[in-house]
Amino acid sequence: MSATVSAGTTRGPGAADTRVDVRKTYKLYIGGKFPRSESGRSYEVVDHRGRFLANAAQGSRKDARDAVVAARAAFAGWAGSTAYNRGQVLYRVAEVMEGRRAQFVAEVRASEGLAERRAEAVVSQAIDRWVWYAGWADKLAQVLGGLNPVAGPYFDISAPEPTGVVGVLAPQGSSLLGLVSVVAPVVVSGNTVVVLTSEQRPLPAITLSEALATSDVPGGVVNLITGRTAEVAPWIASHRDVNAIDLAGAAAADGVSWGDLELAAAENLKRVVRPAGAGSDAVEPDWSRTPDLSRVTSFLETKTVWHPKGR
Amino acid sequence: MDATARARDLLGVTRLSDSALTSWLHSLPGVDQVGCEARAASLGTRSIKTTSKAWAIDLAISMIDLTTLEGADTPGKVRGLCAKALTPDPTDPATPRPAAVCVYGDLAAVAKKALGSSGVNVAAVATAFPSGRALMPVKLADTEDAVQAGADEIDMVIDRGAFLSGDYLTVFREIAQVAQACVRPEGSRARLKVIMETGELVTYDNVRRASWLSMLAGADFIKTSTGKVSPAATLPVTLVMLEAVRDWRDATGEMVGVKPAGGIRTSKDAVKFLVAVSEVAGDDWLDPYWFRFGASSLLNDLLLQRQKLATGAYSGADYVTDDSPSLY
Repeated sequence: MSATVSAGTTRGPGAADTRVDVRKTYKLYIGGKFPRSESGRSYEVVDHRGRFLANAAQGSRKDARDAVVAARAAFAGWAGSTAYNRGQVLYRVAEVMEGRRAQFVAEVRASEGLAERRAEAVVSQAIDRWVWYAGWADKLAQVLGGLNPVAGPYFDISAPEPTGVVGVLAPQGSSLLGLVSVVAPVVVSGNTVVVLTSEQRPLPAITLSEALATSDVPGGVVNLITGRTAEVAPWIASHRDVNAIDLAGAAAADGVSWGDLELAAAENLKRVVRPAGAGSDAVEPDWSRTPDLSRVTSFLETKTVWHPKGR
Repeated sequence: MDATARARDLLGVTRLSDSALTSWLHSLPGVDQVGCEARAASLGTRSIKTTSKAWAIDLAISMIDLTTLEGADTPGKVRGLCAKALTPDPTDPATPRPAAVCVYGDLAAVAKKALGSSGVNVAAVATAFPSGRALMPVKLADTEDAVQAGADEIDMVIDRGAFLSGDYLTVFREIAQVAQACVRPEGSRARLKVIMETGELVTYDNVRRASWLSMLAGADFIKTSTGKVSPAATLPVTLVMLEAVRDWRDATGEMVGVKPAGGIRTSKDAVKFLVAVSEVAGDDWLDPYWFRFGASSLLNDLLLQRQKLATGAYSGADYVTDDSPSLY
């Protein structure tokens, strides 16, 4: 017995050449929790050369339904928090992202096939963009709202208000910078969001969900579903409890016609942000360009208050 | 035949006493707690889809006792609830109506006026609901007032204190007397639902005994809970009660209804209960006359599911009425 042991077959658990791979099967992010898809399905995520990276949950329409319920439940609290507090919370997300920089870089590299330096730059830009949007939280009302001159003895004041629950189809190509560029502008104003991640490149989104879960963002404010865009997107587009939808990820998605999605969204008068380009030529914009406030204002309502002016 | 005489016959005794009731109730077989909960859990895993689901949703809607039992209830709120019962979904006139509107006794007249002869019943809680802590004349007056105000159904609570201290005869007499108070001057009578408040009875054995005692004393319905105590209507408790009404029919030939109340909020839950009704008591009970849900928010969830089946798109809270009390 002791001879077998001394023969060197029992190495310590840390020995590199015998270590068993920790194979990753990621889950969804709904309501601040990480559930498996109710369908029980998962799909293989591969890198830009087709090599296996991880298994991701293949979300179903019912997962999207649950995510909308979670987003709706979180809306009152998130929209009701002070703008200053929302800004602080979102800044904290950037801090956690910074701590996971190496993981983001590796995933962006593997998913998008970028060189190391380029991937570093993209991750930096994504984190910076998150900070940029976070900073807008307590400035939107001053910039977008204001006192309206009216023909009568009234103070007439307009202020931006969040639209509600927003569905977001994340860009298929830019797996982190594009994702941040569509999610941050939605939540900064107090909307809650159901994100359908890039179908082929979901890993940075999954890591973002882990960053969100460990920052102070209340559960349900951001919900991320991985899976087939063509399968799940129509259910989000037609969902009557979703108030707006960003179709950025409909560009270059397998089997998705954004026109059909816009048609379904019209059923309950959702606000719709179309992908760039026209018709079947819809393209992903260049996410590295400096953003403006258009993605923020697309998901705002304007509340106007009239108050009599006395002496 | 009055309840006492019938009970004497059933028990085979010449005088109905506490000890006779005790030995009869305690001779009922005990409930296997683990087995009961496992069976309830397994019934909850059935997958009900497409046409069966549509049928179940409509049936569940028609079985609802649409309930508001708050200290803040107003005639306006009750009228609003009645309007909802009459037209549950304005976008689809084919939506069935719930079975009844359930209110406190002092608002029964308001509900009756609003519902008229629509076929939607008025159910009133009585007998010092929800605690049941009042003297018998008060409980009887409470009941008579509600019946006089037009209540079609009376939901009474048993004296849990008496039951738990083994004073079964007191519980029996109270139920029998309230059943008498449900008789209208012209001879017809309001149906009597007996609330056992299973959350306070603690054990399934007690639930089984309370069920049999209530049926012996003349209950038309046995009901789990007031909705004011947690746990309220759980599936295992309802399972025990469904077994009781099934066995009661085998023993006496009479059918008694079952009403789980409190805590049933989703369509999925409601369908689980319907599966249990079919499997345990039998399809004869799959009828609003014999099975009810005491609920308030359940109706909205069923309507959302119904809209989903009709339109093919998930619906949302903007498409049903908000019944929560106004903050203004």
